Amino acid sequence: MSQAEGVLRRPRPLWSLGLLRSEITMTFRRWRTLALLAVLAGVPVLVGIAVKIETGDGGPGGGGGQGGPAFISQVTHNGLFLVFTSLAVTLPFFLPMSIGVIAGDSLAGEAHGGTLRYLLVAPAGRTRLLLVKYATTLTFCLVATLVVALSALVTGALLFPLGEVTLLSGTSISFGEGLLRALAIAVVVALSLIGVAAVGLFISALTSSGIAAMATTVGLLITVQILDTIPQLSAVQPYLFPHYWLSFADLLRDPVYWDQLQKNLGLQALYAAVFGSAAWARFTTRDITA
Amino acid sequence: MPPVGAVRRPVAQPHDMGEPMPKQPATGPDGARPPARGSGPAGTPAPGPGVPSAGEWAIETRGLTKAYRGGQLAVDGLDLVVPRGSVFGFLGPNGSGKTTTIRMLMGLIDATAGSARVLGQPMPAAGRRVLPKVGALIEGPALYGFLSGRENLRRFDAADPDADPRSRDARVGHALERVGLGAAAGKKARAYSLGMKQRLGLAAALLRPRELLVLDEPTNGLDPQGMREIRALVRELAADGTTVFLSSHLLDEIEQVCTHAAVMARGRLITQGTVADLSSTVLGSRGPGRLTVTTPDPADAVRVLKEHGLTGLQITDDRVTGELPEADDGAGPPELADLNAALVHAGVRVRGFGTERATLEDVFVQLTGEGFDVAG
Repeated sequence: MSQAEGVLRRPRPLWSLGLLRSEITMTFRRWRTLALLAVLAGVPVLVGIAVKIETGDGGPGGGGGQGGPAFISQVTHNGLFLVFTSLAVTLPFFLPMSIGVIAGDSLAGEAHGGTLRYLLVAPAGRTRLLLVKYATTLTFCLVATLVVALSALVTGALLFPLGEVTLLSGTSISFGEGLLRALAIAVVVALSLIGVAAVGLFISALTSSGIAAMATTVGLLITVQILDTIPQLSAVQPYLFPHYWLSFADLLRDPVYWDQLQKNLGLQALYAAVFGSAAWARFTTRDITA
Repeated sequence: MPPVGAVRRPVAQPHDMGEPMPKQPATGPDGARPPARGSGPAGTPAPGPGVPSAGEWAIETRGLTKAYRGGQLAVDGLDLVVPRGSVFGFLGPNGSGKTTTIRMLMGLIDATAGSARVLGQPMPAAGRRVLPKVGALIEGPALYGFLSGRENLRRFDAADPDADPRSRDARVGHALERVGLGAAAGKKARAYSLGMKQRLGLAAALLRPRELLVLDEPTNGLDPQGMREIRALVRELAADGTTVFLSSHLLDEIEQVCTHAAVMARGRLITQGTVADLSSTVLGSRGPGRLTVTTPDPADAVRVLKEHGLTGLQITDDRVTGELPEADDGAGPPELADLNAALVHAGVRVRGFGTERATLEDVFVQLTGEGFDVAG
């Protein structure tokens, strides 16, 4: 991998962006990607309608306190809370599962279809291709999260009143600032998916079957989520990638509690570094026989 | 499964040629190199920008070997030299190691031992510099079924670091026209027939002017008309100076388009050289050749030919075949035109007249002592 000499030729630093653009366009044109996004967009609608029906004939159910579902009780007072609720509902499974599909298929799918060999003799360069695939997966993380947030915002605005936002700590902020916080939360949720995207990419670099890579990634996600709920494993839980996921709620406090948020982002960066390196080590030395 | 150390050699070749065919001298610029992924530019001449890659060989391998897990040798000590400007036929039954060799040359798999240079540069270390000058069709086409033919080509072109995005549309259109897919360019690739996919794969190899084209079984899945078109295209490209490395298990295909050929069997190189040399070796070992006369008067023909010194005369229906006599000292073998005149003079009506040329199939069978079947 003597990438350095490439600079000696006509300097074309933007060519990797061309490949990235091709990759992103291709990913978002696939029916599978659109279907995943449609499902994600449907979740807030379902939650919103359910809440509307549930509270139409009685008082708000469920107590306040901590955790994602807590937001549900707020939704009827302020549609903006549907954004927080929907992100809290989709973050444990729906979002990472769709990331697992995209990341798992990224390299293994190309290997399975044989297009990987043509990309590599083009030559895309193994390191560059890996980076482009990871960047595309991260783009999908952001887009998927924003799809959930926007769908929730629209549904919330249609079904419930909007207005000042009462934070978890009791203080009120304007609707505009509430929107900003919602955007910040969406970004944090997207960043929370960096780890699972790296794991998916690594698994994808191991195999030539897109389906196997997707299934393994999603299976691993479910396993880790279950492990994260077993109290006897509390010693290892801080190192599991979903452990701090719901810390995004701390952005709804005044002042914001940064501790868990930082731990979450640090953990995601660690996963990206470890599994990204492992994927690189594997992919750059692998025999492409498919 | 035997340990990797205890590599079992393939069964001894029945006709392990004592002397290889007219083999080009191995003029490697330096000694044996390690298989070298990531060995970096240490042994690389590292030409500056715009310097044409040096070297007389488009492809040169030294002891190239690939052992798969379990120690089975897919390619065993290959010393292949492909002259620049040649149309090089890479011949062998299915499973003889052709595709594995091509994958090693293209840097897709690592060699277990030995080294390979493509366009004068070590592979896979110099892949970034070499591969933009190489168009490849490896083990059949692979396409994105959900993209149209044109979008597929745009995708592969985007992966080429040296391809200029500004000329992409023009080059894609030109490549599509060249393989006769202009009309089907907007169709989704999953709706393509195998022949159309094959053409699109070829178009991807032709997206830019190439110094070397590596075509693995390029006529697979094509109808006879398509095969003729592809052969014409190969000749056209070769006339422009492109070196074409063409693997095939179809002997007549190689014979029709190639100037040079190499024959592989069971992972080993049996022979390499010009197609003419390969044919003449076999011819030479068989003497001047066999004459075949097609005539409604076989008995008379046999009598006349016998008088002119032909031996081993055989009659099959209306075909008479016989060995031409060895050339006497001073005198050449009998002039064929004279023989024909003698037949006609004797009242033999001649429908067909000619000598049998050794085909590559004869060469192959003679070299390997076996039929042209899938290697076991």
